[in-house]
Amino acid sequence: MSNVKSRLRKEKIAKIAMQLSGMAITGSLFFIVGTILYKGLPYLSWEMVSQSPQGGFYIGKEGGIFNAILGSLYLATVSTALATLIGIPISIYLNMYVKSGSFLERACKLLFDVLFGIPSIVYGAIAFSIMVWIGIRASLLGGIITITLLTIPIVVRTIDELLKTIPIDLQHVTFSLGSTRWETAKMFLRYIRPGIFTAILLAFGRAIGDVAGVLLTTGFSDNLPKYIDEPSATLPLAIFFQLSSPIPEVQGRAYASALVLTFIILIIVICTHLLASKQQKHKI
Amino acid sequence: MHASTSIQTAETQDLVALATPHIQIKDLNVTIEGKRILKNINLSIPNNSVTSIIGPSGCGKTTLLKTLNRLVDDTKGVEISGSVLVNGEDIYAKDAEVTHIRKKMGLLSQKPFPLPMSIFENVAYGPRIHGERNKKLLKQIVETQLRNVGLWEEVKERLDASATRLSIGQQQRLCLARGLAVQPEIILGDESTSALDPISTQTIENLLIELKKDYTIVLVTHILRQARRVSDYILFVYNGEVVEFGKTEDVLLNPQNEITQQYVKGFIS
Amino acid sequence: MNWRLIKDKLAERSFALLLLSSVVVIFLILIGLTMKSVPLLRAESLLTVLTDSVWSPLKGNFGFLPFIMGTIWVTMISLIIAVPLCVLASVYLVEYASEALRKMVLPLMNVLAAIPPVLYGVWGVLFVVPILSDYIAPLLGVNTTGYTVFAGGIVLAVMIFPIMISIMVEVLQTIPQELKAASLSLGATKWETITKVILVKAKPGILAAIVLGVSRAFGETVAVLMVCGNIPQLPSSLFDAGYPLPALIANNFGEMMSIPLYDSALMFAALLLFVLIFGFNLLSRIILNRLEEKAQ
Repeated sequence: MSNVKSRLRKEKIAKIAMQLSGMAITGSLFFIVGTILYKGLPYLSWEMVSQSPQGGFYIGKEGGIFNAILGSLYLATVSTALATLIGIPISIYLNMYVKSGSFLERACKLLFDVLFGIPSIVYGAIAFSIMVWIGIRASLLGGIITITLLTIPIVVRTIDELLKTIPIDLQHVTFSLGSTRWETAKMFLRYIRPGIFTAILLAFGRAIGDVAGVLLTTGFSDNLPKYIDEPSATLPLAIFFQLSSPIPEVQGRAYASALVLTFIILIIVICTHLLASKQQKHKI
Repeated sequence: MHASTSIQTAETQDLVALATPHIQIKDLNVTIEGKRILKNINLSIPNNSVTSIIGPSGCGKTTLLKTLNRLVDDTKGVEISGSVLVNGEDIYAKDAEVTHIRKKMGLLSQKPFPLPMSIFENVAYGPRIHGERNKKLLKQIVETQLRNVGLWEEVKERLDASATRLSIGQQQRLCLARGLAVQPEIILGDESTSALDPISTQTIENLLIELKKDYTIVLVTHILRQARRVSDYILFVYNGEVVEFGKTEDVLLNPQNEITQQYVKGFIS
Repeated sequence: MNWRLIKDKLAERSFALLLLSSVVVIFLILIGLTMKSVPLLRAESLLTVLTDSVWSPLKGNFGFLPFIMGTIWVTMISLIIAVPLCVLASVYLVEYASEALRKMVLPLMNVLAAIPPVLYGVWGVLFVVPILSDYIAPLLGVNTTGYTVFAGGIVLAVMIFPIMISIMVEVLQTIPQELKAASLSLGATKWETITKVILVKAKPGILAAIVLGVSRAFGETVAVLMVCGNIPQLPSSLFDAGYPLPALIANNFGEMMSIPLYDSALMFAALLLFVLIFGFNLLSRIILNRLEEKAQ
């Protein structure tokens, strides 16, 4: 029975290795946020978040990234709204109207799963070449279209997951009262309402953080975004551009901008979490 | 609500029931993903009485119930042939309108599934989607139905509270009231008491016996004692086939078929 | 027919239309990318484009090999780092960790997944690159700026943690308790049960998680672009700079109109990414769907 000892030792080593990996992975999150906090906090000021770039901003003089924050908020809000309006009906259609288990249902769900993984640079590239082709310049509109395409699969997938959790009996019960599928669908939307907000926040987070898509389609501008057919600054791009500057002051602003973006993302994540854990009022 | 049948004697009631059956099933075959679940079902379910469908689990009794209001339509890989006549109309006819058919049949499912809204709204939901907008009338319907299921006194002070706050037995009665509010002609129960405690079970059973004067009731149950307590007729299903159908006492006390005998005695379950 | 039924039909039709149009858009993207790539493929054969290592658009040389190799290098490095960590961590979470710990860690993975690429890039520039150039490279006697495929791989590894962990945990949770009990009751230690039973059983699912990680890594643009140097060469060591495909598109779209065939070449790069990632995703989703059906 001598090998029992070595087997148990192996078990112990394995367990330690597993704990260390777990810590490394979880730790990476705190590490990233911590690094950005540490580097960005000294440069963060009210001026940074409340002003647009002034003359000499890019050599380290006064101004801020308000234009980029506003641009990102516009872009993310409109695209998320569009993606929600398009995505929710699609998942309702796939879950309620299409016969369950049919080829159409499976193929479409698979397609959206796959689209979820397509990187934004591909959407951006094609949107850019279409814009060149029909002669639109880089603009807020271009960004909105690209980001909407990017976020539709997120909404469809998340809502699909939610609809799948609804007990089939609830559907039977509503049908038995003589509801049409549309009326039943409305009931379901009510049932999964907190989850819908989660889906929207998820899409919003993705939309506000995306760079590759807007890099090609939205352009950049030092002015506050006013018109949809004009280029607009976005927060991730502002970080990206400022970071590549050789001037330490500007780099510092990039760190501070990164911090602002981190805050926005953390707020979104916390809201999502609160919504998800909040007891549904009428939960079955 | 107050049908004249309530003053008829048991015998004449039977005659009426057999004369114009609410539900007639003709040559019904149901196949799910290539497996034959129901085979050549032919029967007429008597009106204004409780018919229990009994049989071992997996025999097709729930599927049979769900073919009655076309909930089986949603099952993956389902094929249906034959016809189910409700008031003489084939609900599987091409031009049949599903929501209309379903409205005629209230479903009481295994577990209570209150809709995610208040007690009042749960009962009012059905009438509302069918076009009732008059607030006063809705209130009246809600009160009538809640009284019908004996829930009114318990909840009248908190109609706006979420339906999920009720106890599970109350929820099931609420679901019954919700089903009755769309004025069905038939009540379908799918092991409706299996999630309930004995006292709530008794309440529901008594309600069903009470309600049969106005409704035709079809129950699926796996509890023989329950079938004996509540039903007038018993339908024994085995392996997707109707093995025996008759009055409760006949089927339970004097079964004709050997398999029925074995089931009733508890040898197969 | 009454109004309610009309409304229902109306909803059905318009929803179907939305679905149809979004599916059509995807096909349009595919067709558009292909059409745009045709001029390049007319000028040079597909094989040459994929295997030529010289990239000088001004001279009309469009060899994609440096970019393909750049992508492969960063992806491989990220997998070598992330796969063992993720497998170990998810096994721990499912088999050893308490419910409370699991409930704490899994949401943190969602946070990690929510962090935008540009912030990973910033972290890479602020932390990974200096560590590599100032500490690790000198230790190994190499001289480098730190902007290397290694840095790209590390940043990517952290980026693919969340997707791999969440899928691996899901897969591991579907393994029936009875199977574990059977192995444990034969006197196997928990670790032996894990390596000989659980991981064997979970192999397809873990593979699917890895493939999803790969496709994520393939398409990641900005975070990698910020740290991996962007020199169109064939990397030959961890400390060489590389130039992945997505970075190629992102860096050069501005000038693509002024040089002949350049736009075609960049669209070809996008097509390549689209097809590869579509394929990878399709593969892993099919595996996962099968597993899910089996589990039910």
